[in-house]
Amino acid sequence: MARIELDHIRHAYGPNPKSDADYALKEVHHTWEDGGAYALLGPSGCGKTTLLNIISGLIHPSHGRILFNGQDVTGLSTQERNIAQVFQFPVIYDTMTVYDNLAFPLRNRGVAAADVDRKVRETLDMIDLASWANRKARGLTADQKQKISLGRGLVRSDVNAILFDEPLTVIDPHMKWVLRSQLKELHRRFGFTMVYVTHDQTEALTFAQKVVVMYEGEIVQIGTPHELFERPKHTFVGYFIGSPGMNVVPVEIEGSKARFGGQVIELPGTQQSAAKGRMELGIRPEYVRLGREGMPVSIAKIEDIGRHKIVRARLEGQEIAAILPEDEDVPADPHIRFDTKGINVYADSWRVALGG
Amino acid sequence: MDKTWNNKAWFMVLPVLLLVAFSAVIPLMTVVNYSVQDTFGNNQFFWAGTEWFEEILRSDRFHSALLRGLLFSFIILAIEVPLGILIALNMPRKGWGVPICLVLMALPLLIPWNVVGTIWQVFGRVDIGLLGRTLSQLGINYNYVQNPLHAWITVIVMDVWHWTSLVVLLCYAGLVSIPDAYYQAAKIDGASRWAVFRYIQLPKMNRVLLIAVLLRFMDSFMIYTEPFVVTGGGPGNSTTFLSIDLVKIAVGQFDLGPAAAMSIVYFLIILALSWVFYTVMTNYDVER
Repeated sequence: MARIELDHIRHAYGPNPKSDADYALKEVHHTWEDGGAYALLGPSGCGKTTLLNIISGLIHPSHGRILFNGQDVTGLSTQERNIAQVFQFPVIYDTMTVYDNLAFPLRNRGVAAADVDRKVRETLDMIDLASWANRKARGLTADQKQKISLGRGLVRSDVNAILFDEPLTVIDPHMKWVLRSQLKELHRRFGFTMVYVTHDQTEALTFAQKVVVMYEGEIVQIGTPHELFERPKHTFVGYFIGSPGMNVVPVEIEGSKARFGGQVIELPGTQQSAAKGRMELGIRPEYVRLGREGMPVSIAKIEDIGRHKIVRARLEGQEIAAILPEDEDVPADPHIRFDTKGINVYADSWRVALGG
Repeated sequence: MDKTWNNKAWFMVLPVLLLVAFSAVIPLMTVVNYSVQDTFGNNQFFWAGTEWFEEILRSDRFHSALLRGLLFSFIILAIEVPLGILIALNMPRKGWGVPICLVLMALPLLIPWNVVGTIWQVFGRVDIGLLGRTLSQLGINYNYVQNPLHAWITVIVMDVWHWTSLVVLLCYAGLVSIPDAYYQAAKIDGASRWAVFRYIQLPKMNRVLLIAVLLRFMDSFMIYTEPFVVTGGGPGNSTTFLSIDLVKIAVGQFDLGPAAAMSIVYFLIILALSWVFYTVMTNYDVER
């Protein structure tokens, strides 16, 4: 178990990177605390897997250093770093039995036979494959194979960290839920440092204490699920987290008021330093109140998704999503209000602090 | 549900049937026909029954040619398969080296067999050949024309030079089909170079290796042109393999009956051995 520091890591796959566009990872400077459960969230191609492979040593970064517990490991091999990693698609050694597959990482490291047996049996129980132990791994279903891959990642108890690269993509929804709970349980029991890559926000928010959101090769926000929800630092985080995502509308800021077309919206405070650039106001659908007062809107569509309704309204030609409790109806002459505590202001997509 | 039977479909198969009849069945039947008769020229044939077969199966000449053939196949398989795997493992997977390696590997395969024979025949000559002269300059009394061991070594090295590429290319095809994730997982699992070979690369090459072994066995057991050009089966009979012996009997001595009987026995041996190889290796594959 270790505290993992990424010291100004940049990585480009091609030789001689010139501009920022040549970098798969623009600049990542971040510390994964010992025993933390992190989710690395972001769209496909944002550099999540690259970052993970840099931590495990499968890729050597173009720039920057990696430190485990303060010790520089940038030049060390994957094996020397002692990391477990589970990949998106199952990797199994199909000439071996299920049991031998799980024993493989232990035996390679010269663990005593009795310990191997104990650890393998434990892990087999955890991934629910105990009855398959002596079967050849070939010919299993995709999710059984992925459980083996997962098991191989979990079987060693002395690893510095366990990295998961979208490990549950090929697993069916119910099993996904079961395995995720087991991973959390495992984390609680053993306190591994875990980094879990996913593009599924539910998965990220339920698994992790801290969520790291990446976008186009950089980390845009690190925070608890609550912080990501209430105070998205970047409009991308606002869109990406939450369902539906945050409403973002172009505005002009005047003191503690924002002007949106013909509407004036009260802000929770004034800008501390006058930010320049393209100003936007972001508000989550959860904070859009639909009623008889406020700004007049037309209703485009209502989606009833069970627990609540999503109302797609149009305000000044801009679509605004609002969430309405299941038992409330849309008034005949609909108006909306933005709840002040849910308002965030963005300059060139980055959040601007508003003072009291 | 009732199946509809439409026998008209058989007509579709007819052209192929005719083609196969002319190219394979009829010539084969001619051979069978010869094998049970004796001839004294003028197209006069006399019934000989199984006489030729009995003679062949008792003949020392046949036995030693067969043994030489099996020994030759065994030796070249024992060299070419491990060597082919070794070369394939060390070929680059990506970059500019790939096309160069592939072309280099394919070159020997593109050379006509009698040219290969001629190349080595000249190459090994003590008076003008690069290899032969170099060896004698080094004080080694190398002479494939007179020394049976030298003749064998020359023929084997020639075959290894000519055909290892085939094993290499087949193995390489198996190797490049392994996704990167396997190697990454092996690194994470701390697998040694040997373990990567044993548990990732070898299983992936299994099928192509089966094909390689089969092809190399059949080809080497039937080898004719190259040793014929290099040694002519000599010195003495030391490199006379079954095929060379067969041609000697059929064309040299014009003994059609014994030659026909020998071809059939030869064919059955290849068929049987290939079947054994195939069954053993596929069963082994299923078992694991």
